[in-house]
Amino acid sequence: MGKFWTLLFLLVPILGVLCFALAPGMNYWLPEDISEHGHQIDHLFMFCLVLTGVVFVATEAVLCWFMWKYDAQHNKEAVKYSHGSHNLEVIWTIVPAATLLFIAIYQMNAWADVKIREPDMPATVEVTGRQFEWRIRYPGPDGQIGTLDDIHTVNDLHIPVNEQILLNLKSMDVLHDFFVPHLRIKQDAVPGNTIPMWFTARKNGTYDIVCAELCGWGHYKMKGRLTVESAEDYKAWLDKLAQDQKATQ
Amino acid sequence: MSTTVAGSHAHSHAPSQGIGAFLRTYVFSLDHKVIGIQFLFSTLLWFVVGGLLALAVRWQLAWPWSDMPIVGRMLFSAQGGQISPEFYTMLFTMHATVMIFFVIIPILAGAFGNFLIPLMIGADDMAFPTLNMLSYWFMWPAFVAMTMSFFVAGGASAGGWTNYPPLSTVQSASPGSHTGQTLWLIGLTFVGVSSMMGSVNYMTTIIQMRAPGMTMFRLPMTIWGMFITAVLQAFALPVLTAAGFMQLCDRLLGTGFFIPEGLYVNGAEAQAGGGQPLLWQHLFWFYSHPAVYIMILPAMGIVSDILTVFSRKPLFGYKPMIYSISGIAGLGFIVWGHHMFMSGMNPALGMTFMVSTMMIALPSAIKTFNWLGTIWGGKITYNTPMLFALSFVSMFIIGGLSGIFMAATPVDIFIHDTYFIVGHIHYVLFGGTAFAVFGAIYYWFPKMFGRMMNDSWGKAHFFFSFIFFNGTFFTMHILGTGGFPRRYADPYHFETFKHLQSMNQFMTICALGMGAAQIIFAVNFFYSLFFGPRCGRNPWRANSLEWSAPSPPGHGNFDSQPIVYRGPYEYNNPEADDDYYPQTTPPPATHGQSQPAPALAH
Ligand code: HEM
Ligand SMILES: [Cu+2]
Ligand SMILES: [Cu+2]
Repeated sequence: MGKFWTLLFLLVPILGVLCFALAPGMNYWLPEDISEHGHQIDHLFMFCLVLTGVVFVATEAVLCWFMWKYDAQHNKEAVKYSHGSHNLEVIWTIVPAATLLFIAIYQMNAWADVKIREPDMPATVEVTGRQFEWRIRYPGPDGQIGTLDDIHTVNDLHIPVNEQILLNLKSMDVLHDFFVPHLRIKQDAVPGNTIPMWFTARKNGTYDIVCAELCGWGHYKMKGRLTVESAEDYKAWLDKLAQDQKATQ
Repeated sequence: MSTTVAGSHAHSHAPSQGIGAFLRTYVFSLDHKVIGIQFLFSTLLWFVVGGLLALAVRWQLAWPWSDMPIVGRMLFSAQGGQISPEFYTMLFTMHATVMIFFVIIPILAGAFGNFLIPLMIGADDMAFPTLNMLSYWFMWPAFVAMTMSFFVAGGASAGGWTNYPPLSTVQSASPGSHTGQTLWLIGLTFVGVSSMMGSVNYMTTIIQMRAPGMTMFRLPMTIWGMFITAVLQAFALPVLTAAGFMQLCDRLLGTGFFIPEGLYVNGAEAQAGGGQPLLWQHLFWFYSHPAVYIMILPAMGIVSDILTVFSRKPLFGYKPMIYSISGIAGLGFIVWGHHMFMSGMNPALGMTFMVSTMMIALPSAIKTFNWLGTIWGGKITYNTPMLFALSFVSMFIIGGLSGIFMAATPVDIFIHDTYFIVGHIHYVLFGGTAFAVFGAIYYWFPKMFGRMMNDSWGKAHFFFSFIFFNGTFFTMHILGTGGFPRRYADPYHFETFKHLQSMNQFMTICALGMGAAQIIFAVNFFYSLFFGPRCGRNPWRANSLEWSAPSPPGHGNFDSQPIVYRGPYEYNNPEADDDYYPQTTPPPATHGQSQPAPALAH
């Protein structure tokens, strides 16, 4: 029976690797990256995947090998009466410790780029989460957000392509989270705080804005659209919005 | 074989009659074994409830807004048999709450901790039997509060098991934030008090009541796991309890610990202000990160013990194992921020939490290597407890490795709050802890009830659970890689996630299969309880002390005070005649001689 169970356990690394190997081809994968910084995150994801993948396959293989070899029904060798090995313990403490420390240090630059090195520029747009919509506010002619000439939209965020954007994130009520999978950005919106996010989109198109922090029963439908367009289109869209807004005032 | 004098059965119940005696023996019993079994039955019952809630969640994710067959009409007749989005939020909140606070934590500490600690250290009971009884009965107000919360206006708590304010605190924020949330907090407080009583008791018992010769470094790993868990509980729980009270005050007394100024929820201005929602997250995770280890350290101990017995080998690296779990306990207090990388906490702090979190993966790795070392060169018997123990190792490897992705802060930007996290949780808690618990039930059932469970049915239970578990949960990593968000009642109206529905249907079918596989277990459990073949004291030919007591042990556990001569892992010791060498067997030089008992080890 030991052989049967070993084969069952062997399915774990085999199917596990197969899953990850086939997923990209079947489009079950990281959505297309349209951001400037996203390649760093994708690279780190792949880095973790390869590293953990090797450890995963190796440890599962050793487990299965031992299960196969030391099955009491077949193993005629005497049991190895051993309480462990000091040398092995030292090796398998130091090697993973160094590896883990390296992984941690290797992440730091990308993290700092996305979350710490805030560009020194005025905010392009302010997004405020609210049950269950995204309220969006652009500065009017005065270039300032929070004045009377601000331009408002709901759930419809436009940005110019290839330009750095500074987005100020807020919340009116509960926690939300501004997540744009294609842009590789995610940040909780916390009532009482204003949290800056910065990014550059490099490809025109429309993309989903997803709320990634539970905000109530309508959390699942808190959907926004991000439109990335040329600078001219963006300007035209913003002007039209300003005019419409004036007309209704 | 054993120094204990067989013969006079240790059952020495005082002759008793009537309902009062019945209540004292089986209901308000002070005996740690009865209390352990009470915990076992209660938690298994809640396991069924939690499992059904999970299946409802899976139903919605596979076929959103469709009539649920059979039970749908009964439960949600108002919606024509469909799950409403409000109810969906309650489903996943209460699923996780039940599984964590009513199943995993109390089944490890409450059921197995209670049953095993005195038996494995050679004591006749816990240090504080009354406290022990209370720790079980304090679960009941929690059971009642959580059950009631489904029936109060607004329904049960709906803020996720993490219940972040303001959603959970401001009553207008969600239907579940009415009475349901208050009941949730009350329930949680009772669970906390219960755990605290257990924790004090376990620490004292393990430190004070070990049999002569039972030094700390002769304790089985199960006991080490329970001991470290008790320490974690003692230091982390007060923080959660305090946080719970603060949230209660915010809700009922108008304080503003977690409510910031100028909050405008659902058309109404929230009253108090000046608080900070992030404070709750810090306090909650300061408990709940150590709590994830509370939910696995005893399981790790159990697995270490089962692996040695069924490979007939000493544990590989006993002391490194102990240092590892102690390291986990220490580091466990400085990694809570890894749940808050995206929360708006200072991102520079995120970096320090990343480093400490990476380091906490190290003891887990060491333990895994030592488990592999344990089965290396042994003679493995493939029975049900062993299969579950081996699958723990296999599944924990996956759960531990997926932790590294999330600890890597830039990667976490993408996968935080996606199904990747849900995959991770379930590999450590279900593939890990729950599988270890199944192993433990098959392994100690003979000691608890004096009868064996059926091994063939057990293997069938294992086989289907293992296949369907992986079918349900491995795919979650792929979903998360696609960005699929967690806690969504219907993600498919997003362009980005539309194509993932078929994968979710596959997962739901596997989940239903896994649920069905548990029926095999239930039948086996109850059948064996009454009709299983009787077992002797030591059916597995194991070393640790509980196997020298009668099955089931009577009041007072042992026939006579056990005396301990060695550690619990002496399998195939050349000095012994047999392939095992119980802790109570005197060394050969002393055979037949009257030896002075070793001094009490303190
Ligand atoms: C190998 C060591 C581990 C590492 C490095 C690790 C890392 C992490 C990280 C970084 C998160 C947060 C992810 C996020 O929300 O973005 C997380 C979540 C979680 N981990 Fe682990 N983990 C480890 C082991 C464990 C173990 C042993 C358990 C339980 C037995 C566990 C249970 C959980 C749970 C329940 C959550 C999710 C909480 C929630 O948001 O609902 N982890 N883990
Ligand atoms: Cu939301
Ligand atoms: Cu954690």
